[in-house]
Amino acid sequence: MKNTKINYLRSTFLLTIITLVNLNCERDLSDEAKEATFAKTAEIFTDAPVGMGTNFYFPYGPDANNPVGSKFTAWSVDSNVSYKGNASMRFDVPNATDPQGNYAGGILRVDGAGRDLSGYDALTFWAKASQGVTIGEIGFGEDFYPNKYITTMRNISLGTAWTKYIIPIPNASKLLQEKGMFRYSAGTQGTNGAGYTFWIDELKFEKLGTILPLQASIMNGNNITRSTFVGVTSTITGVLATFNMPNGSNQSVSISPAFLNFTSSNTSVATVNDAGVVTPIAAGTATITATFNGQPATGSLTINCTGVYINAPNPTLSPSNVISIFSDVYTNVPVNYYNGYWAPWQTTQSNDFAVLGDNVLNYTNFNFVGIEFSSPTVNATSMTHLHLDVFIPGPISPGRVFQIRLTDFGANGAFGGGDDTQSLPYLVSNNLVSQNWMSFEIPLSQQVGLNNRSHLAQIILLGGDNSTLYVDNIYFHN
Amino acid sequence: MISNKIINKIIIATAIIFSLNSCTKDDKQTVVTKNTLVMSDEFNVDGAPNPNLWSYNIGTGSNGWGNNELQYYTSRPENIKVENGVLKITARREQYMGEAYTSARIVTKGKFETKFGRIEARIKLPRGKGLWPAFWMLGSNSDTAIWPQCGEIDIMEYLGSSPTKVFGTVHGPGYSGGNAITKTFTLPNSRFDTNFHVFGVEWDENYINFYVDDVLYNQITPSEVTGDWVFNNPFYIILNMAVGGNYPGAPNSETPFPQEMLVDYVRVYQ
Repeated sequence: MKNTKINYLRSTFLLTIITLVNLNCERDLSDEAKEATFAKTAEIFTDAPVGMGTNFYFPYGPDANNPVGSKFTAWSVDSNVSYKGNASMRFDVPNATDPQGNYAGGILRVDGAGRDLSGYDALTFWAKASQGVTIGEIGFGEDFYPNKYITTMRNISLGTAWTKYIIPIPNASKLLQEKGMFRYSAGTQGTNGAGYTFWIDELKFEKLGTILPLQASIMNGNNITRSTFVGVTSTITGVLATFNMPNGSNQSVSISPAFLNFTSSNTSVATVNDAGVVTPIAAGTATITATFNGQPATGSLTINCTGVYINAPNPTLSPSNVISIFSDVYTNVPVNYYNGYWAPWQTTQSNDFAVLGDNVLNYTNFNFVGIEFSSPTVNATSMTHLHLDVFIPGPISPGRVFQIRLTDFGANGAFGGGDDTQSLPYLVSNNLVSQNWMSFEIPLSQQVGLNNRSHLAQIILLGGDNSTLYVDNIYFHN
Repeated sequence: MISNKIINKIIIATAIIFSLNSCTKDDKQTVVTKNTLVMSDEFNVDGAPNPNLWSYNIGTGSNGWGNNELQYYTSRPENIKVENGVLKITARREQYMGEAYTSARIVTKGKFETKFGRIEARIKLPRGKGLWPAFWMLGSNSDTAIWPQCGEIDIMEYLGSSPTKVFGTVHGPGYSGGNAITKTFTLPNSRFDTNFHVFGVEWDENYINFYVDDVLYNQITPSEVTGDWVFNNPFYIILNMAVGGNYPGAPNSETPFPQEMLVDYVRVYQ
């Protein structure tokens, strides 16, 4: 045992921290970078971006759910506000009504070679906001391609005073050349659409040594079973890792599957790769499980592979005779959705899949489902029939029928307005067979109650018993 | 361990630079090194703890051992046993004798008592709010001198909700409970629930030094205490893991059970 002088202890701790920080600030990073294959630079932003190169900020662009994307000017360096030094990163989250973008989000990516983060166990920063607010997502590992090792902490509560935040690194040994230093996404869902500002300072990776990895989960901890076919891949999702933090609380982060190690219980039925992509290769059952830091993760994905997929018959009509709603052969018209999830009575879920380029609508727990194509509506006046191919993989319950209804949105081309008409349920078949594609030709002239078909907008499939239904090749034709 | 060397240098450097204005005590404190082993339990024999050295405290005591603790202490192997070279005190969430938790507490009272010495144990601590393990001592006259008159030396106390902190404390007349003389030690780069650490006191006439591993982090002398110095008498040793109570609060949904306090050894030097 070594007896050190006790008297100095309190001051020593404080001053040691200051000294270490000073050393960090003064360290010549370029020298260190030369020694390693990839830089081990810890700092991302202190008073300015550190070692990030020139072109490093990339806001999230438009996507299917958000046609505008993040407001481009949300991120800036604020020289008037800082936790330490003389500047911080400032994030101006716009009002929900801002035409330039209704949220703030993006990534900080190294402009150049990635960094070796294997010596760290956390991304840390100090943050505060213009008001008490919950930030949706903050993390790292997103580089826009290939996004292999993303880690995200959700619902971070920020107050108006500077506070230190710690995001654990799930398995740093995998981060040998990471470019995605930081990612964030902040909206106004919790502020009734009102914008606000938050600041982040002293953003860096650290080796704390005080974070204890606990357990991870896949499929959000559930044991999921999925019926599928040879070659139809599934991806492990719902991957979370939980850590006991230095303050004794547990913290979960959403992580990429690649942080885990996966095992298939039957590799002759299904294989799984490092990224958690499961590929069935033969009929049978295989269960995919995972380990995290050597410990079993909760949750699993069981694949029931029914064998080789039977493709629906390929349409042969000329495209000039067809208005296609869903098909890989024709160009489809714009479709709002193939499953409206119409509350409260609809039980139908969608688990659509593709087999070697053949896309299939897969309605599970099917009772009925609405397909809408109202932007714009479809003028099927010159068409005579609706075609669709249906496959029921399970047994047919006695007395089961399959029906459809069509909806025309009328002259105004929009739902409501007093000009909508809808056909009564039309019996497509009361002679359903299992495990075979059934091709139906439904005469449009026999749809009772559908006064015209110049603004068709909905197809409703009815007659489910909460089993699974595949649908392919939905098109109007003459 | 390059980083440790750097830190050591920094500690020395900063200590020198700032000692003039930051030290409240002079450096004439007495730090004795006691190296003659007079008692040890290495916990190398599987089964119950050595009955020649240890006795059990059973039950809930008075008022949850004075702290509204939630556990029922038993002598069952589910709660205490020696296995694979360590003593395992296991806290469980289970209904037992009307309580919601079980655990164990053993004492050397009447079997090994010492006045002064270096008393240390190597322990790996549990995790989770509500867990309150301790390695501590009470004055051997605790049956006749009502606490806190008998004196209490808490060599190590720890809360499962603060995995980087332990504290060393003395209780005596005029300085007990919330007014006890205490100091917290924080591990800078590690946790107490991931590895074994050595916790000890060097105790002699009119001083008690507290250390963790190779760091002496506090000295308590009669001038520090706000009452009579009651530590120039024999004391006995206690190992226990409490669950809940006034100090740690109750376990929460994140507290994993069962949780173990592992003791590699208890040694006493003179």
